[in-house]
Amino acid sequence: MGDGTARAPGAAPGRTPIVRLDGAGRAFGAVRALHPLDFAVRPGECVALVGHNGAGKSTLVNLVNAVFAPSEGRVVYPGPEGGDGAEGPTGARRVEARRSAGIRAVHQELSLAPNLTLLENLRIAQRDLTGRGWRKRAADRMRGAFDAIFPGHGIATRAPVGDLTLAERQMVEIAMGFAEGAEPARLVILDEPTSSLDASIAAQLVAHVRAFCAAGGSVIFISHMMAEVFAIADRIAVMKDGRITEDRPARAFTQDSLVAAMGHVATEVAATARVAPEGPDILGPGHDLSARAGEIVGLAGLAGHGQAAALSRLYLSLASDWGRGRAPRAVFVAGDRARDGIFPLWSIRRNVSAARLGGLVRRGTIDRGAEAALAQDWQARIGIRTGDLSAPILSLSGGNQQKVLFARALATEAPIVVMDDPMRGVDVGTKAQVYEIIRAEAEAGRTFVWYSTETDEIRLCDRVFVYRNGRIGTELAGDAITEEAIVANSFEMAATA
Amino acid sequence: MTPRLDIRILLPVLSLAILLAAVFWLQPRAMSYLGLNLLFNLAVPVALATVAQMIVIMVGDIDLSMGAFVSFVACVTATLVVDAPGLGYAALAAAILAYAALGALIEARRLPAIVVTLGMSFAWGGLAVLLLPSPGGSAPGWLRAVMTVKPPLVPMAVLASAAIALAAHLVVMRSSFGVLLRGLGGNARSLGRAGWSPVALRAAAYGLAGLFAVLSGMALVGLSTAADANIALRYTLLSIAGVILGGGEFTGGRVSPVGAVIGALTLTLAGSFLSFLRLSPDWQIGAQGVILIAVLAARLLFGRRAR
Repeated sequence: MGDGTARAPGAAPGRTPIVRLDGAGRAFGAVRALHPLDFAVRPGECVALVGHNGAGKSTLVNLVNAVFAPSEGRVVYPGPEGGDGAEGPTGARRVEARRSAGIRAVHQELSLAPNLTLLENLRIAQRDLTGRGWRKRAADRMRGAFDAIFPGHGIATRAPVGDLTLAERQMVEIAMGFAEGAEPARLVILDEPTSSLDASIAAQLVAHVRAFCAAGGSVIFISHMMAEVFAIADRIAVMKDGRITEDRPARAFTQDSLVAAMGHVATEVAATARVAPEGPDILGPGHDLSARAGEIVGLAGLAGHGQAAALSRLYLSLASDWGRGRAPRAVFVAGDRARDGIFPLWSIRRNVSAARLGGLVRRGTIDRGAEAALAQDWQARIGIRTGDLSAPILSLSGGNQQKVLFARALATEAPIVVMDDPMRGVDVGTKAQVYEIIRAEAEAGRTFVWYSTETDEIRLCDRVFVYRNGRIGTELAGDAITEEAIVANSFEMAATA
Repeated sequence: MTPRLDIRILLPVLSLAILLAAVFWLQPRAMSYLGLNLLFNLAVPVALATVAQMIVIMVGDIDLSMGAFVSFVACVTATLVVDAPGLGYAALAAAILAYAALGALIEARRLPAIVVTLGMSFAWGGLAVLLLPSPGGSAPGWLRAVMTVKPPLVPMAVLASAAIALAAHLVVMRSSFGVLLRGLGGNARSLGRAGWSPVALRAAAYGLAGLFAVLSGMALVGLSTAADANIALRYTLLSIAGVILGGGEFTGGRVSPVGAVIGALTLTLAGSFLSFLRLSPDWQIGAQGVILIAVLAARLLFGRRAR
């Protein structure tokens, strides 16, 4: 293979696909995002789409989802209600064809309107919710979906979505994707659906997707988490540089062969070789947490058990003594990029230098040369994939935007780096690179306080605080940090409470 | 979640109640049918303009032409509608369509609303002067009758304010159409992805705002029985302040129609309160500003504690 086209072997032949790409590709100006390719999803199929950031997964999904038209070839919805999706200059016809084909999408960057309640958000997605009693019908559909996917969720239906936690918002989007509607969901696109969910909720989702596909529905599943890919998919399409390089049944892959197919050697995280630093606590009194110079401290636990709140409390107390005219002791690496990470209108260079401007001032103005040198230095050190640092930050893929945020934080001289689940939606190769950098910086004496929803990352820490019900339940250190120990300690009190 | 939601509505209600109590304490005779009507009479057009402004703020924009537009409508009502009713009402309908067209233009060309409406404020002002170079005109008979009606028990001004709040609440907060308009302020991209046309929706929002603004100008003429090209220039800032006072936010589509009407009432009442204090008119505008800042500061404080 590797010729840019793909077959769909082992995929219930004979059944009409829900969506078919006939030589469809997409270019944005001079940038080729997706080479022309053939791709189809049939009823009952659960296709995983894997590949690095910028490999073309999002472009492919956006074509299927009729967000934009292909620049060549066609996107067809061959079902009885579907039609040719490639037409319609305004996009309205395209979206209409997609919707009547029963294709729904759960996006990676959350796409709910934060000022609306979840029922009102469903109204935006489903056109038939209008007229008398639409709220009741919406409530019935949402309740049905929630009870089916996340039994016992306890999400408030009357609060604006913006008041929910990130994990709850993601659950709302997923439930909306599967909710009953005028056109039943036939193909649901899940783009990194579990990136802010904890393990037990993610497991509920995996179980639901399996049941959905067994009942004849289809799913396109994008994830960087290999375990989930193998738990869910019966077919895996590997993408690289805007092409599908392999498209085979899931059982034809092993975890290692899949990672190799994606173009990176398996990076087994070295869980050894670090000597935990000794020394006094540098966070100061008034914190439940403690950290030593040069230490990597992890915050773990089930989502919503107080880790995120503890992290922001810690950061605010360390960083908001500007009144005394000192440089802040801590910098922040955001996980929710769009909300509290990037400056969307600024260039990559300015996004990198934002936290360091104090050190770049000469005679009261910013030294452009020094700023450019700083950005270039970090581009080289952290591998930001772009040809032009003065391009807008939004021209980068999600993973590369995240690297910019790391560069911004590490470019400062702050001794403490606070990280709020910063690896959401970042591919394996980038993660490995960033882990290296974190370790190197820790060796040099920097302290990292790291909130993560992924156990793999928590295992890299020297010390881990496991949160339960809003406070620290357990402190683990060194070899005691294992996946089993974290999971057991996360659940212990939840089971007895 | 609930405490924060309550604050949003509770604070405007509370500020109105405190101000009302202060007015009654200073001037007990205001505590009557006639007194209430006098206090809140002029609040009716302000409330309508505030709802119009709220709809624009709700979709993420701001309307700096509100005062000029309401003045223009007042001039049309006091001249054309009286002299040539057919032409007059057609002109008002055209003004609403013009508002909708502005909304479409702002969305389609991605223009900043603040600039477009600032420019339009001169256009409306110029049209108003052309129609009515010097103060004058008269109110249509039916309009005068509506605005001076004396219902039993509750004065017209209070009833009308309640009706405005209810109507705006039903359209904006309860109807499925209102959800789309608020969604436009909250996350326009997800609306576009779901196949809705942002241009049509923004045009609809501006058209709806234009409708309320036209009603505001007509109500104003019904009360004052004459018009002037500058009659409502204060409404631009009053309406913005009313929206914010009523729990609305400048971005993100978070607004409250009931709160906006209460905010308008509070601002009108603040004027009367300061007169009762025998404060020189020179100081009144500044004092209104202080009241506004005090309420907003209270909102910030309570809002923070509720978290």
